[in-house]
Amino acid sequence: MFENLSERLSGVFDRLTKQGALSEEDVKTALREVRVALLEADVSLPVARDFVKAVQDKATGQAVTKSITPGQQVVKIVHDTLIDVLRGEGEPGSLKIDNAPAPILMVGLQGSGKTTTTAKLAKRLKDRDGKRVLMASLDVNRPAAMEQLAILGVQIGVDTLPIVKGENPVQIAKRAKTQAAMGGYDVYMLDTAGRLSIDEELMQQVEAVRDVSNPRETLLVVDGLTGQDAVQTAENFNDRIGISGVVLTRMDGDGRGGAALSMRAVTGKPIKFVGLGEKMDALETFEPERIAGRILGM
Amino acid sequence: VVRRVLDDEMLEQLEELLISTDMGVDTALRVTANMAEGRFGKRLSVEEIKRLLAAEVARIMDPIAKPLPLYSKTPQVVLVVGVNGSGKTTTIGKLASQFKAAGKNVVIAAGDTFRAAAVEQLQVWGERAGVPVLTAAQGSDPASLAFDAMGQAERDGADLLLIDTAGRLQNRGDLMEELAKIVRVIRKKDPSAPHNTLLVLDATTGQNALNQVKVFQEISDVSGLVMTKLDGTAKGGVLVALADKFGLPIHAIGVGEQIDDLQPFDPQEFADALMGLDPQ
Ligand SMILES: Nc1nc2c(ncn2[C@@H]2O[C@H](COP(=O)(O)OP(=O)(O)OP(=O)(O)O)[C@@H](O)[C@H]2O)c(=O)[nH]1
Ligand SMILES: Nc1nc2c(ncn2[C@@H]2O[C@H](COP(=O)(O)OP(=O)(O)OP(=O)(O)O)[C@@H](O)[C@H]2O)c(=O)[nH]1
Ligand SMILES: [K+]
Ligand SMILES: [Mg+2]
Ligand SMILES: [Mg+2]
Repeated sequence: MFENLSERLSGVFDRLTKQGALSEEDVKTALREVRVALLEADVSLPVARDFVKAVQDKATGQAVTKSITPGQQVVKIVHDTLIDVLRGEGEPGSLKIDNAPAPILMVGLQGSGKTTTTAKLAKRLKDRDGKRVLMASLDVNRPAAMEQLAILGVQIGVDTLPIVKGENPVQIAKRAKTQAAMGGYDVYMLDTAGRLSIDEELMQQVEAVRDVSNPRETLLVVDGLTGQDAVQTAENFNDRIGISGVVLTRMDGDGRGGAALSMRAVTGKPIKFVGLGEKMDALETFEPERIAGRILGM
Repeated sequence: VVRRVLDDEMLEQLEELLISTDMGVDTALRVTANMAEGRFGKRLSVEEIKRLLAAEVARIMDPIAKPLPLYSKTPQVVLVVGVNGSGKTTTIGKLASQFKAAGKNVVIAAGDTFRAAAVEQLQVWGERAGVPVLTAAQGSDPASLAFDAMGQAERDGADLLLIDTAGRLQNRGDLMEELAKIVRVIRKKDPSAPHNTLLVLDATTGQNALNQVKVFQEISDVSGLVMTKLDGTAKGGVLVALADKFGLPIHAIGVGEQIDDLQPFDPQEFADALMGLDPQ
């Protein structure tokens, strides 16, 4: 449905390449295309704007070498800059889970994939790292949310905190902490209800959960198909709760994944994992090169 | 009131305003251009400009704002489809409640036999709406469930049968084939069914919504759209691009997680919210 960035750029750069040198006007024309392509790939507008500015600054200062055409050079700058922004600090996929039992708090908008990702991560920690994991659902809102996590727990062979109806999320978080400590678990994961970032009551509730559990990791689970709203979500969740990383779900879809760039640019926090399906092993560590290629359509 | 000349720079800013609602570049350009026609160089206030843009958007959306059509045929089969987590199950609960309140005899079929606790979730909605939910075991064939549910709905003298389906991404060929099969099997029972196929879209979704509509329409003959989660910060501007490209009716919008949080689609209200204008 869309022209991807390579097509867009190749069109522009074909023209530019034939001219030999890269004038300021050429760079501008090319970067206009980059900007449109980023927007069509669902990169949020302010992020796309800043990104293009950064590329322009880099491109303008650079001498064109003989071995590479000016067009290729701009493509390379765009690509490299994108990877730079996307790459977070630290080992991809690593989680702070020393000091057992280490709490991991999962937050995000409704339907973003928190519960599924909680179970996928628990399975990964159990299978790859040999950790004993306890999962707890703090979702007292969505019908059968607790049952959903319990069923997934049975599927993957990970314990879930017994369901006690009538408790509030803070009470459940406290019970999870106690149970994790007494039961000798390495990690306990707190799956929370989906919430809008402007829902004051629910944002306060998750702050209270954070304050009693003191999570080692707070992961914002974001739908990889998210559009311009990514900025709001990233800003609000990060400001209110203080996230330590991002998980992008539904990257098995054919969305362009521009939300990845928005998330990184806005929060500065690493994207730790990507969800690539509904099955329990469909979770991979984030690879900036792959997402960069996808955003640019290369 | 400060008035500014409607010039190129101004137009670019307006385009960006629209793009930041997920309208997409193409549609944003077209909407601003239409608004600017005959007004270029005129002095206008920001409020005036936003009202003009909102009017332009409302004009595009007006013809597709239609409630879910009801037919005399019973049971009328409503198939609900969409990508994962868009709000299908919740929307079915809300719809069931509305139709029940309107005096209809409603039955729900829990056609998501895949996701953990999908059936339990729908059963809670059925209880809330006061509507029976037909289920099958997890992992069983959703097409056979749909077929059986049609027979059951007929025997029960139901007016409406709402069929939930598992979330599926439109690029997953295997899952889309499963959906095609559900439709085929439903048609075996009643060639005129499903009478409505609702595609449920999440307002936070960006440009991928265009692909969602395209492919779901090819596979399952989508007859109308519902957009959920418009109570959040997402504006759902992609609906304007969809109106432009597909012209499918928009039946309702989801504005919350409670049973009454389903509203008719109001083009003017939607357009005003899109432009950040106070409701008129
Ligand atoms: N295709 C695909 N589907 C996913 C992925 N992650 C989650 N899902 C699906 O997305 C839907 C929603 O997932 P949940 O885990 O229930 O989302 P949630 O954030 O817990 O939802 P709420 O608790 O209602 O806010 C389900 O159908 C999942 O199977 C993914 O990476 N790819
Ligand atoms: N804020 C808000 N949340 C909604 C709305 N509609 C649905 N939700 C929430 O979104 C999440 C997913 O809704 P579901 O109805 O389970 O979505 P689904 O499409 O059936 O999901 P799958 O069956 O997993 O594909 C739940 O937490 C719902 O409460 C809405 O209009 N506004
Ligand atoms: K909104
Ligand atoms: Mg959940
Ligand atoms: Mg569902």
